[in-house]
Amino acid sequence: MKYLIGKPGWLLLLALGLAFPFVAKNDYHLTVMSTAYIFAIATLGLNLITGYTGQFNLAHSGFMAVGAYTVGILTVDHQVPFWIAFALSGVTATVLGFFVGIVSLRLKGHYFSIFTLCVGYIMFLVIEKWESLTHGTVGIIGIPAPTAIGPLTFDSPRSLYYLVFFFLVIGVFVMHRIVNSLLGRTFMAIRNGDALAEALGTNLMRNKLLAFMLSVFYAGLAGGLYAGFVRFLGPGLAGVEHTFEMTTYMLVGGLGTVLGPLLGALTVPWLTQYLQFLQEYRFIVFGPIIVALVIFLPHGLVGTYLGWRARRAANAAPAAANLPPTEAPAGASRA
Amino acid sequence: MDLFLQQVLNGLTLGGIYSLVALGLTLVYGILHVPNFAHGAFYMAGAFLSFHLMKAFGLNYWLALLGSALGVALLATLAERLVFHPLRKASGLHPMIAAIGVLLFLEAGAQAIWGADFHRMQTPYTGILDLGGLVMPVQRLLIILAAFSLMVVLHLFLTRTVMGSTIIAMAQNRDGASLVGIDANKVSMLTFAISGVLAAVAATLYAPINLVYPAMGHLVITKAFVIIILGGMGSVPGAIVGGLIIGFAESFGAFYISTDYKDIIAFALLVLILSVRPQGLFTRGAH
Repeated sequence: MKYLIGKPGWLLLLALGLAFPFVAKNDYHLTVMSTAYIFAIATLGLNLITGYTGQFNLAHSGFMAVGAYTVGILTVDHQVPFWIAFALSGVTATVLGFFVGIVSLRLKGHYFSIFTLCVGYIMFLVIEKWESLTHGTVGIIGIPAPTAIGPLTFDSPRSLYYLVFFFLVIGVFVMHRIVNSLLGRTFMAIRNGDALAEALGTNLMRNKLLAFMLSVFYAGLAGGLYAGFVRFLGPGLAGVEHTFEMTTYMLVGGLGTVLGPLLGALTVPWLTQYLQFLQEYRFIVFGPIIVALVIFLPHGLVGTYLGWRARRAANAAPAAANLPPTEAPAGASRA
Repeated sequence: MDLFLQQVLNGLTLGGIYSLVALGLTLVYGILHVPNFAHGAFYMAGAFLSFHLMKAFGLNYWLALLGSALGVALLATLAERLVFHPLRKASGLHPMIAAIGVLLFLEAGAQAIWGADFHRMQTPYTGILDLGGLVMPVQRLLIILAAFSLMVVLHLFLTRTVMGSTIIAMAQNRDGASLVGIDANKVSMLTFAISGVLAAVAATLYAPINLVYPAMGHLVITKAFVIIILGGMGSVPGAIVGGLIIGFAESFGAFYISTDYKDIIAFALLVLILSVRPQGLFTRGAH
């Protein structure tokens, strides 16, 4: 088991991801996995602001929709090449995130969540009602597939899978670097106690805003990928249900770990696939699961495992006892 | 002038409903400090229960209202026992997420039982009153009357009875309340039950001029959150005043600005107010 921690574990996951198209029985499985990857990217972003910085942003799927609509509107209505539009998807979300952030991050705790819930609704309603820009409830149809880069074409499910996988790997790698840097530690300090963090000289607003913008950048980029992959967009993408789904992924795996949200985002959609008959009613199962997880496993699967490991290490070597078990989610980033 | 008065009446109708929903939310927040996202699902459950009681058992409107109020009160109390009570000492994020779990469960449950379709609720009060040019559907008058009398009853309950005072006492100071012998469990359950009753009554009153469907709670609950942020979380008068502000803003906005964007008005108002006053309209100190 201990060989799976750290680099070897990540390399194993990478190998599994690369090998998946050769194991998958059909294109449908590839599509399910690629969609899961796209939402995993967005979930990584949500986890940065919620799991690491402690601010529960309920407008996350709204930002994902903003990224997706950036690609949709630019490519369909203005014939902008896909890759330029895609590059702009993250930028639009981040710029919007800056303005939402400077207003919303002045609020703390519940107020921030409720405020972002309202912002998410505004985004959804604007997308639904502003027909001249977003095509309203009809949605945007016929988004072009990502255009070929040199010899690389993206016209088969397999090549699209690798494209999405490529971005997921980059996303995980960058996130890993962020949360293990001084910046990541700053975010965690804010989560663990903003008064203390401020007293230690952390500029709260600037750091929270940075975390927020980074997090919605992930959402915007995931949205851009979604647009190029699914090639159809409706206002439903901005719905708060998607944020709730990402929250489930995050919670199953473990808040404030990189691996947790990733595992959650990859396994939960497969569970739903196997509970196909539940599609419509999947929340009858998920709702109680969320509640049970929050009550019995508040740190998620990965967080609980890491906490257990940290406690064991602390018991085995008293020298390491300066790492209290409550630090589990923070220490988790190293796995 | 008639059109203006018409909007005032519409504003009172909407405001009454919003205030009832926001009151339940604000009471629960005062006691548990949890933004109860599941409150919108209680509202939805209230509408469906009344609808079902009227359709399947042929009960009349008022009996159905009573039945659904009892049913939702029970549901809310159960949620308190099973979900929020075990989490009373957890950090801020976790009860919030658990509330979302309850919301998702109830919505999917309603969809499984009654389907995703839109239903129309019958009401015995279909008449229209014509007060010197002012056209007023009876159901709307009923909403205004019922909503505001319920608020008066709630106010009397909270200020004039021992039971009501325990809720206020606990909202003011949890430890202090425990010291004078108030049972925190009882008060929590009572508060959830009251919030359930308020949600069910609001939903049953409003449903006949609206529609009944599983997602009907979404917009109402989000607006209720706007209201209690404006009015101050945990404040009873704030919820009523905030509800009226949003109700009026919406009815006048729909009439003078645009019907398409009327649902955005409440949220835009919130964004605007919080940009200028991050502490809300009626509260002192920062959040």
